[in-house]
Amino acid sequence: MNGINGKEDDCNNDGDIKIFFSIQLIMPLESKNPSGPLDQKWTNYKGHCKLVNPANKRKLEIIVVGTGLAGASAAASLGELGYKVKSFCFQDSPRRAHSIAAQGGINAAKNYQNDGDSVYRLFYDTIKGGDYRSRESNVYRLAEVSANIIDQCVAQGVPFAREYGGLLSNRSFGGVQVQRTFYAAGQTGQQLLIGAYQALERQIALGTVEMFSRHEMLDVVVIDGKARGIITRNLITGELERHFGHAVLLCSGGYGNVFYLSTNAMGSNVTAAWKAHKRGALFGNPCYTQIHPTCIPVTGDHQSKLTLMSESLRNDGRIWVPKKQNDTRKGNEIPEDERDYYLERRYPAFGNLVPRDVASRAAKERCDAGYGVGTSKQAVFLDFSDAINRYGKIECSKLGNHNPTAEEIRHHGTEVIKEKYGNLFDMYEKITGENPYNVPMRIYPAVHYTMGGLWVDYELMTNVPGLYALGECNFSDHGANRLGASALMQGLADGYFVIPYTLGNYLADEIRTKEIPTTHPAFEGAEKGVAERISKLMNIKGNETVESFHKRLGKIMWDKCGMARNANGLKEAIAEIQKLRAEFWKNVRIPGDIKEMNPELDKANRVADFLELGELICMDALQREESCGGHFREEYQTPEGEAMRNDDRFMYVSAWEYQNGSGWELHKEELKYEEVKPVQRSYK
Amino acid sequence: MEHYTMNLNLKVWKQKNAASKGKFETFEVKDISSEMSFLEMFDVLNERLINEGKEPVAFDHDCREGICGMCSMYINGRPHGPWHGTTTCQLHMRAFKDGDTIVVEPWRANAFPVIKDLMVDRTAFDRIIQAGGYISVNTGNAVDGNAIPIEKEHADKSFAAAACIGCGACVAACKNSSAMLFVSAKVSHLALLPQGDPERKTRVLNMVTQMDKEGFGACTNTGACEAVCPKEISIANIARLNGEYTMAALSADNSHD
Repeated sequence: MNGINGKEDDCNNDGDIKIFFSIQLIMPLESKNPSGPLDQKWTNYKGHCKLVNPANKRKLEIIVVGTGLAGASAAASLGELGYKVKSFCFQDSPRRAHSIAAQGGINAAKNYQNDGDSVYRLFYDTIKGGDYRSRESNVYRLAEVSANIIDQCVAQGVPFAREYGGLLSNRSFGGVQVQRTFYAAGQTGQQLLIGAYQALERQIALGTVEMFSRHEMLDVVVIDGKARGIITRNLITGELERHFGHAVLLCSGGYGNVFYLSTNAMGSNVTAAWKAHKRGALFGNPCYTQIHPTCIPVTGDHQSKLTLMSESLRNDGRIWVPKKQNDTRKGNEIPEDERDYYLERRYPAFGNLVPRDVASRAAKERCDAGYGVGTSKQAVFLDFSDAINRYGKIECSKLGNHNPTAEEIRHHGTEVIKEKYGNLFDMYEKITGENPYNVPMRIYPAVHYTMGGLWVDYELMTNVPGLYALGECNFSDHGANRLGASALMQGLADGYFVIPYTLGNYLADEIRTKEIPTTHPAFEGAEKGVAERISKLMNIKGNETVESFHKRLGKIMWDKCGMARNANGLKEAIAEIQKLRAEFWKNVRIPGDIKEMNPELDKANRVADFLELGELICMDALQREESCGGHFREEYQTPEGEAMRNDDRFMYVSAWEYQNGSGWELHKEELKYEEVKPVQRSYK
Repeated sequence: MEHYTMNLNLKVWKQKNAASKGKFETFEVKDISSEMSFLEMFDVLNERLINEGKEPVAFDHDCREGICGMCSMYINGRPHGPWHGTTTCQLHMRAFKDGDTIVVEPWRANAFPVIKDLMVDRTAFDRIIQAGGYISVNTGNAVDGNAIPIEKEHADKSFAAAACIGCGACVAACKNSSAMLFVSAKVSHLALLPQGDPERKTRVLNMVTQMDKEGFGACTNTGACEAVCPKEISIANIARLNGEYTMAALSADNSHD
């Protein structure tokens, strides 16, 4: 029996339900959390995990899907170790992956600032920031390897910001009281990704990694219960291809684009992860989505994406709204005593640097109450005038000018802000046409990151043996809310420092497995399934564009499963998504042909998967009858409007199993806190 | 900022695939808001074409915030259009006015063959990086990040060069289709750092060799590349590359023992 792969994979996505036979997963939800004290777990694991000798590594093939920070760092590191790696991305070059757009920075417990940082504090901040919904052992390991990441990146030539003494510079980020964020202006993700990309290109040159750009993964091939390969579509020719691997690593990022409007790239999608899910991999905590507080507001129906203004801006920018409702005056015309700096008022201890979920909800609260600004009234001010004034005075003083004019102060202060955030200010001006040095920025929360993802154990392996998920693609480290500058840290931790060890532990038992020819029935069946779905999509020849369906899905998700959720809304959303999905499979219109470059077909493949995922997100949000991190249920809040967890009932990871054609089954991984004592999160 | 709407005439390069011959096609677009980005204007056009049962225009794009380097339109004779230091995706429609005719072509260079319509193949850039655009350090070998202090000025200059997004506008703008700005940005990024020093000579020699092999033209210091670079990469990097190349070539060990 060929295990999971024996089934004819199709779904209820066209309303035409076809169930051949459904196979229950017999595997228990085992996190493989190593025993022993928290700070010894990873050391002990590394000391005892199985190894693969160099001669055998050359015979083992590994597939890596995605070339962002997690994928590029994993492919490069595994290539260096001597494995035969195949790397895939849908963009024209691995350097385009969306990690490139990360702006603010990367955390590491270096304590270079002598301000009390440590591995334990980074661990603690991350657990608390995640609202006590992540696994202690994974998070501790993340904090432990964080320092190695900085060293590795510096060695690769990543040009981090430096002080005049030649040493690395740090800045603050939200949810934290130390300065542990390393950065390269507002382009940290770009510089880290270029570092990983260069390491990857070096392995390609050496022949250890084979690169497939403009390829999209459209199925996982499972043989005898183990992941053994993938089916891809060459996006230039439209041909389907089969690729064998002893293991498959999914590093394909998050699924924020299910909301249509998000800060993600246009191509960011859930497809690779979703195919794995439909082949049996559990999906963890899908409802944990991060709404980032500081993005440029929506201007109209034409909007295709939203642009982030880095959290680092909250170091110097102060967030406020007018004290009067429906105030139509311009920001700089409203006097100081008529401004409500609501974050500083509500959270004096952390002020403007509260975590993202808290800042986003507070902005929504003010706008809903009628204090929003701008034409849409769905925006708040992010104001740098105080910072310009403060820095200006310091600069004038440095120059020996102890009686500066307001103009002189402004001039010098603006220069300082320009050096710190110039590229972000330029970006803001290009999009809005307003000069943020003179008028406060208008910002509003937008979908940014997804904490949920494929369920993985301590070794980053999904419940399907040989199938791994790294970076944003997995659910593992951020609980219900991710802290700023931690996504880059996790992507690189997984790729550079975790998977090279944990993968060997699996592959050591695979050295006798010969390469499976791709003529195997499982490959044939999987390819056939993909081809059938594509031809079905192309043959609908309906009346509505893919984009239009995507927008409609996004609106349902944002309105009913966005920053605030409630049981009624979620139930409505589920019904609406089911209806929309049926409509999609009857009425979508895709121009062009299959065997050619066809971006509309690529998009249709992705949106079809979002239309299934959206339903699961709403179901997860509905069953989680508590508020935690990015998941805010209106029914469960404190009298002050803060998120109210229910640890007695919901101290678990929701891991959803796809039931072929008949919904999902919920599995629970109980979260045991041995080190940290969960309390109500307070930033007051 | 006052907003307005406009009607435009677009002349767009259409080409089915690399093997076929392309031509300009004319499209009219109506009620375009000045708040839209240039690519959102193309979204409007494509939605309309699909609804009319026609083929949409294929173009590369991904992040739409000016950092991934994927978008690549040659707009009114200029890579990425009229705004200085801006990618196509960041160009907004307030750069145009009602009644304008806008000509949109793909990057034009032998080393960047057209895939479809406005999409080109830029894998030549990846192969140039493979030739030496890296520091040979395996994961796990690194010393402490602060073990080697780096002069801030060098770190800043290195960063400025490393800001290149690999879009290829420099090649598209150059009358010789030279890739010197791209190559010099990478050579400078790594040559300015102590970590890049051990491979300094082989890197520049190998990258330039690969650049020539890919069919990019020679540099004649016209400066068009710098003028259109969305990340404002300085042409001073080309001077640095020339210096690095000369030093490397002169000191290369040519004995075959």
